[in-house]
Amino acid sequence: MIGGIPLTHFLIVSTIMFFVGIYGFITRRNLITILMSIELILNSTNINFVVFNKLLYPDQIAGQMFSVFVIAVAAAEAAVAIAIIINLYRRIANIEVENVNEMKY
Amino acid sequence: MDFSYTILILLIPFFVFLFTGLWGNKFKPVYSGILGTTGLGIAWILSLLTAYKYFFVIEKVSETFPKIIVFRQVWLVLTDKLHIDIGILLDPISVMMLVVVTTVSFMVHLYSIGYMEGERGFHRFFAFLSLFSFSMLGLVIASNIFQMYIFWELVGVSSFLLIGFYYQKPSAVAASKKAFIVTRFADLGFLIGILIVSYYTKTFDFYANSAIPGSIGIVEPAGIAILQSAGAAFMGISIITLAMVLIFIGGAGKSAMFPLHIWLPDAMEGPTPVSALIHAATMVVAGVFLVARMFPVFYASHTALQVVAYVGSFTSLFAAVIACTQFDIKRVLAFSTLSQLGYMMVALGVSGYGGEEGVGYMASMFHLFTHAMFKALLFLGAGAVIHAVHSNYSYDMGGLRKYLPITHITFLIAVIAISGIPPLAGFWSKDEILVAAHGNNMMIFYTQLFVAGLTAFYMSRLYFLIFWNKDTHYHHTPHESPLTMTIPLMFLATATIFVGMHWVIPFSKLVTSDGKPLETIMHMGIAIPSVVVGALGILIAAIFYMKETAIPDKISTSLNGFYTTIYNKFYFDEMYLFVTKKIIFNLISRPIAWFDRQVIDGFMNAIAWSTQEVSERIKGLQSGQLQQYAYVFVSGAILLALVFVFMWTK
Repeated sequence: MIGGIPLTHFLIVSTIMFFVGIYGFITRRNLITILMSIELILNSTNINFVVFNKLLYPDQIAGQMFSVFVIAVAAAEAAVAIAIIINLYRRIANIEVENVNEMKY
Repeated sequence: MDFSYTILILLIPFFVFLFTGLWGNKFKPVYSGILGTTGLGIAWILSLLTAYKYFFVIEKVSETFPKIIVFRQVWLVLTDKLHIDIGILLDPISVMMLVVVTTVSFMVHLYSIGYMEGERGFHRFFAFLSLFSFSMLGLVIASNIFQMYIFWELVGVSSFLLIGFYYQKPSAVAASKKAFIVTRFADLGFLIGILIVSYYTKTFDFYANSAIPGSIGIVEPAGIAILQSAGAAFMGISIITLAMVLIFIGGAGKSAMFPLHIWLPDAMEGPTPVSALIHAATMVVAGVFLVARMFPVFYASHTALQVVAYVGSFTSLFAAVIACTQFDIKRVLAFSTLSQLGYMMVALGVSGYGGEEGVGYMASMFHLFTHAMFKALLFLGAGAVIHAVHSNYSYDMGGLRKYLPITHITFLIAVIAISGIPPLAGFWSKDEILVAAHGNNMMIFYTQLFVAGLTAFYMSRLYFLIFWNKDTHYHHTPHESPLTMTIPLMFLATATIFVGMHWVIPFSKLVTSDGKPLETIMHMGIAIPSVVVGALGILIAAIFYMKETAIPDKISTSLNGFYTTIYNKFYFDEMYLFVTKKIIFNLISRPIAWFDRQVIDGFMNAIAWSTQEVSERIKGLQSGQLQQYAYVFVSGAILLALVFVFMWTK
């Protein structure tokens, strides 16, 4: 119980977010949307970090620190990813993920 | 007496080699020649100084010349007792060899400045000459047999490089390859001999190291006793005989003894100064030097010594007969060298050890010394002739005495010397050899006497064919060589006249088997026949060849088949080619090559092929479709999670 809400509720929310992210990552064709799906996956884990920290060690903030760190890394990653996507757009004039198969064997 | 400067004799040619080899092409070619000649000149002076101090200044130990080890440094430690050292040993023969090698080498350097002028690779030539001088000097002053072996191989390499100097000429390449392979083959015997000797005596040193108590040397009584007590090896041959015969095979390869003689005539493909230095005066006598160095051990094995004597005697006869028929003047000299090397081997083979018995040993070293002078002179003279006429063949020459006066006189002196006419150098040493042979084995004595006549005949034949005979019409009038070439000729001619005489160099007092001076007496009963035989040879040659006559042609036609056989060197090259090409290549090399190509290479190729095939099949997995990867990845992760969830409970 955290603030009157049972633990399972938190976990259900984060699990739904996680699989929505996975589903989006696998099915979406637009690279920007795929990037957004990754953000969803990351944030679902962030919820888990915070919740378990609050549940197990209420007087420590290691979990919160970790989620802040994940957010920072995600921001950096998004910047790199968008840079790649822009370059890709200049090269092949679209951002469909099926068309990005240069890196095969 | 301090001899530590003798290391400079070695190091100067070595550094000259490094310098001219690495940076010689940065300067005008002639500077490489000057540098090399100066370096060898210094080494020459140091060697003469060493010889003077060693023979005339230092105190003898109980009437004997001492064996001085200038320094000795442990180089490779194999076991507690067995280690390979690097050192300098001075004893009568090594000091004598220092003088021989540096004298001839210096003269050849000087001569080459003129002879090689304008050739491509001038500095390369001088670098190799210096490398050779360094290696040969290292060989003669080696204090142990392994060090000798190292330098032995180094002279082999330098010889290979210099024979193949004109590497664009296929015949020169073939000759250098032949020389290298034949001598390498012989060196295998030498190496096995070294291993046998060191296995039993547990040392490589010739003489014991006084700093280490209980150490022994191979050629000292203690070492010989160990070898003698080692007993029989196989088929009733004792260890000592086996080891010495194997070592002699190494020496026979370098000294081109029958049947390993085939490389030396071909080695004449190299530039003429190289033939003079390596294939007449210095490297080819390394085999004789080796037997002399190991002589006390050879003497302990009667059989081995007999082998040396008979091989030497046969070679000297065999080569002299072939020399009578050749027209390439350098080849005549090459066969003459073989014959004279045979003489040296004979002298060692019939020698005893110590006192009057050891006259053969002294005679061998004496002949080595005088032969180096007059044979180098002959080669350099032949070089001057070739330089003037641009041909190696005596039928392109004739009447040259008018055009090349200095070469003519010096060549004549050398011819008289090698023919054994007193008072020139060759007479004295050859006479001692005949004395030694007379005291030991009459068959060998008569053979050598006959060979002395043949020698006089073929050398005079060569002389008359070049300088007399017909008046050949030359396109360009031949002219005398430049001073750098004639000075060595004149110097060596002077040496040839004087070094044999007892009052110039009392050789028998200096270099003997046991280090004690030896009184030699003229044996008129031997000296007179040898001179008569020599004079007869010259006379016959003069009748045949001084004027252009039909006699030689008549004789060669009447001998027909026999003559052709000799002219083709008894078909030995063809025999070797038959054995190697038809038998060894077909029956041994081809199966081995097949095994290598099919089995060993095949195995490796199969590995590579299967790797490639497998990757060809599975490379489709790398489709480049990001979402496909993600799909597989997620499925895998879920699968793993399920496995964990359901397996964990147990």
